[in-house]
Amino acid sequence: MATTIKTTKGQAGLTGNSAIAYAMKQINPDVCAAYPITPSTGVVEEFSSYVADGDVDTEFITVESEHSAMSACIGASAAGARVMTATSSQGLALMWEMLYIASGMRLPIVLTDVNRALSAPINIHCDHSDSMGARDSGWIQLYSETVQEAYDNLFQAVRIAENENVLLPVMVCLDGFITSHAIENISLIDDADVKEFIGEYKPEHSLLDTDNPVTYGAMTLPDTYIEFKHQQSEAIVRAKDVVSKIGMEFGKKFGREYGLMEKYRLDDAEAAIVIFSSAAGTTKVAVDELRKAGKKVGILRPRLFRPFPFKEIADALKNVKAVAVLDRADSMNGFGGPLFNEVRSALYELEKRPKVVGRIFGLGGRDYKVKDAAGVFEELLKVAETGKVEALTKYITM
Amino acid sequence: MQEKKNLPIGGVITKGGTAHEYVTGGWRKLRPVLDKGKCTNCLICWVMCPDSAVIVEDGKMIGFDMEHCKGCGICAEECPDKVKAIKMEEEAG
Repeated sequence: MATTIKTTKGQAGLTGNSAIAYAMKQINPDVCAAYPITPSTGVVEEFSSYVADGDVDTEFITVESEHSAMSACIGASAAGARVMTATSSQGLALMWEMLYIASGMRLPIVLTDVNRALSAPINIHCDHSDSMGARDSGWIQLYSETVQEAYDNLFQAVRIAENENVLLPVMVCLDGFITSHAIENISLIDDADVKEFIGEYKPEHSLLDTDNPVTYGAMTLPDTYIEFKHQQSEAIVRAKDVVSKIGMEFGKKFGREYGLMEKYRLDDAEAAIVIFSSAAGTTKVAVDELRKAGKKVGILRPRLFRPFPFKEIADALKNVKAVAVLDRADSMNGFGGPLFNEVRSALYELEKRPKVVGRIFGLGGRDYKVKDAAGVFEELLKVAETGKVEALTKYITM
Repeated sequence: MQEKKNLPIGGVITKGGTAHEYVTGGWRKLRPVLDKGKCTNCLICWVMCPDSAVIVEDGKMIGFDMEHCKGCGICAEECPDKVKAIKMEEEAG
């Protein structure tokens, strides 16, 4: 069945999955290798309709697993193709060893991860355990609050990944069901503008160039391995400025500017919540209500998590008295969630540090409501006033 | 160190045939020794060698590339029973 998107004055009501599939159609990658998994199935399903209808030139490779999907993406990318895929949860988990190979080989693959909890117990709903587990895999990670942002992030991801100072794979994350299945009215970019913004991918090497044969994936021994890892580490450090520049350029061209993070009513805030993705939207409602009651509260929503913008985060929180970092994933490390660990570490460089607590929320799709956010702020305002922390880390929304 | 700074991005080897430059003969414990008087130049050893370490010139087996031969002994094993022109000997020291 042909997939058509009806637009009114450049706007369309789309689910997160449809918006991602539409963005992929506009990007028109050379290769897409994917295996469907809830809740990202819609991306692969709709994109495969575009392929079947001849709307794109993409070679769509149906594979028997996500391990094979990422393997095919790696092979195609090493052959010089522009490559995209999408997955969720166990699918990302099954890609694990190949994720490191994609980043180690410096292949600019773009993956959409529709965030979903990891088994066991089995659960199909949203949390960030899947992408958080891949946080050290060498992929750049962008977290999207809305359908619009997920759509916009995909174009920027192509540019970030293929930037000659970066050359790393990028993961665009959006919340399973909450964002992937909710219809939002979004502004679409014209096909021609997309084409101009992403440009043509000109890889330095190609496995298919038999006149200039190259080897990808050769073994390195103790005499060079560390140099290659250092090279990769420097590339992900450089990625931060590239993300900023491309976010600004995107803003100039399309009117929606993106930075490393979003600060919401944070300037004079005494208490702040640090939180990713769609739950930031819920938290904003709580902030607006509390602000009406004269409470100085705000939000820091990191958009870029890999590389971790530790200086910018410390700078944004330096005048806040009490901070709660809300993680939609547990590290199972006995010391709170992954974002909490890193934000708290980033603040250590400050001479005057805010009190920082960690809260795990919303696992397996548990609702995170305005009252939950308000409850955290209430606790934080007490910490700000007394300087005393009752619980450094704990679970909420239970 | 200067050379290491210029390592190709992502560990890509930017030209073909570089395995030749990687000398692996040091792995060898047994070395193949050819008795040219017995050899019939059937080249079965050349076909079977997993490392292209049998050197052939003008259709004749002339010896081994000792920089790459790992001493696996497949050539000696595969040399026809009636010929047995290759023997594996302990590497000295």
